[in-house]
Amino acid sequence: MGVVSSKLGDLGVVTTTLDVAVNWARTGAMWPLLFGLACCAIEMMSTQAGNYDLSRFGMELNRASPRQSDLIIVAGRVTRKMAPVIRQLYDQMAAPRYVISMGDCASCGGVYNNYAIVQGVDEIIPVDVYVAGCPPRPEQLIHGILTLHERVQGERLKNWVVEGAR
Amino acid sequence: MATTSKRPLALEIPEATENALGQGQTWEGSLEDLRGLVSDRAITGETMLLNLGPHHPSTHGVLRLLLELDGEEIVTCLPDVGYLHTGIEKNIESKSYEKAVTLTDRMDYLAPMSNNAVFSLAVEKLTGLDVPERAQVIRVICLELTRLNSHLVWLGTHAMDMGAMSVFLYCFREREFILDMFEKLGGQRMMTSYIRPGGVWRDLPEDFLPALEKFLGYFPNRIDDYEKLLTNNPIWRDRTEGIGVIEPEEAIALALSGPCLRGSGVNFDIRKAMPYSGYENYDFNVPLGEHGDVFDRYIIRVHEMRESVKIIQQAIKKLSSASGGFRSNNRKFVPPPRAELGRSMEAVIHHFKLWTEGYSVPDEEVYVAIESPRGEIGCYLHGTGGNKPRRVHFKTPSFMHISALGKLCSGYMLADLIGIVGSIDCVLGDSDR
Repeated sequence: MGVVSSKLGDLGVVTTTLDVAVNWARTGAMWPLLFGLACCAIEMMSTQAGNYDLSRFGMELNRASPRQSDLIIVAGRVTRKMAPVIRQLYDQMAAPRYVISMGDCASCGGVYNNYAIVQGVDEIIPVDVYVAGCPPRPEQLIHGILTLHERVQGERLKNWVVEGAR
Repeated sequence: MATTSKRPLALEIPEATENALGQGQTWEGSLEDLRGLVSDRAITGETMLLNLGPHHPSTHGVLRLLLELDGEEIVTCLPDVGYLHTGIEKNIESKSYEKAVTLTDRMDYLAPMSNNAVFSLAVEKLTGLDVPERAQVIRVICLELTRLNSHLVWLGTHAMDMGAMSVFLYCFREREFILDMFEKLGGQRMMTSYIRPGGVWRDLPEDFLPALEKFLGYFPNRIDDYEKLLTNNPIWRDRTEGIGVIEPEEAIALALSGPCLRGSGVNFDIRKAMPYSGYENYDFNVPLGEHGDVFDRYIIRVHEMRESVKIIQQAIKKLSSASGGFRSNNRKFVPPPRAELGRSMEAVIHHFKLWTEGYSVPDEEVYVAIESPRGEIGCYLHGTGGNKPRRVHFKTPSFMHISALGKLCSGYMLADLIGIVGSIDCVLGDSDR
């Protein structure tokens, strides 16, 4: 869409494909779920605060209700007691929905290979982007988010039915 | 049931494994099971039971509360912790003491250095390891910076819960500067593992002190800015004064500590009562509240930030005259400097022994407590005579404060609950670990 606007000039009319327009809207206003678990949630808050300013990517509006959000950033260690709650939150989100697994604990259990921690949130919900780090720097989280945006921009409307409700 | 093999970018929803979900945490009991915990009026349906959390924007993580409401008034508040239980204490039992420091960072993730310090002090007390004066001064600087760091997050989120969004942005601006300084020290923003048994990981880098002095130069003005936004703000005062009041006797009986205890006017600060790391050599005040309400706990933390700045300024002065290195020279516990490894066979042996086996700690027990930003954090450590502890237990302030919630909340409105939960400054990683 950036290309489109630079070519726009004073024409006032733009032609594009529906895919590009929908994906542009989706990536430009992707609302994350206001949801934090542990240490990574603090770095996620740093990312949203002034210095790293997540609103540059249209993502500052955290919704507390899963019904209104497109993205769940699993920020922190997932315990066995918390796992059903996360699964329920994910189930309550409307499609299309995306998951970023932030940090080592959510991605693979991290340093905790023990009785309490689920070894990766992908055991309970499908993950689109994994962000490494313990905890990841805000820059790393932003990179993960941009990676997700790239992926969303490559989506095709015709595949929606094939993929089913994600 | 099998998980999907396509782990990255998996398109289909994996079958939730029984391992992850099979433990049936959903509560499916009857109301009768709650008899004794809630009032009898809840059993008959006269009052309403409401579940708050574990996913709620204002519970600071994954705190779950079962509330009994009479209209909008809270009758009972039953906290349900454990949604972040990580098994850190159990994990430490299979780690050598040097490695365990890394895990302690991740308990109270807003004050990692306090956790490092209490664990290191416990190990030092058990082994009789000396800590040079310079290392102690560096520790004081780090601990007070950690207090600022933690109080800034608390202030930002507490104000945001009560509807003041801009304070959050200002607080995090200053916090970023502290994190940058931590990065200079330990190479990581949050989990530095900088304070270790025997001293600290390395000496202060050259650009640390200039950055710190610059920070201390403007930070007191920034505290004024926060106060301008909140302290005399009529909305803020209305929402905090006379809310969540706790009497001094009750506060002591409920094992509150830190700003929550001092908010009720009890003069107890471990830095004064049982000084560690040379805190007895610093001149600072312990701010006390009068009413024990949410506002007092707020204003105390703000004053504590000013006191921390004073302590750090004194510590910088002490640094030039402090004797000793940044860590102990006892090679049985502390690795030799890198430069020695090329010259001395003895150093190579010590290095190898420390990084493979670690050091042995006598079969004795010890309890050490320090003043973390939240209150008294204690470490109970029981050695085995070998290189791994038999038992490690942390007495954490958040757990005590959450257990006091029932007392703090009852009789107040539901909307006040958010302020009260914010004012006790609970970190669920600290409580559940």
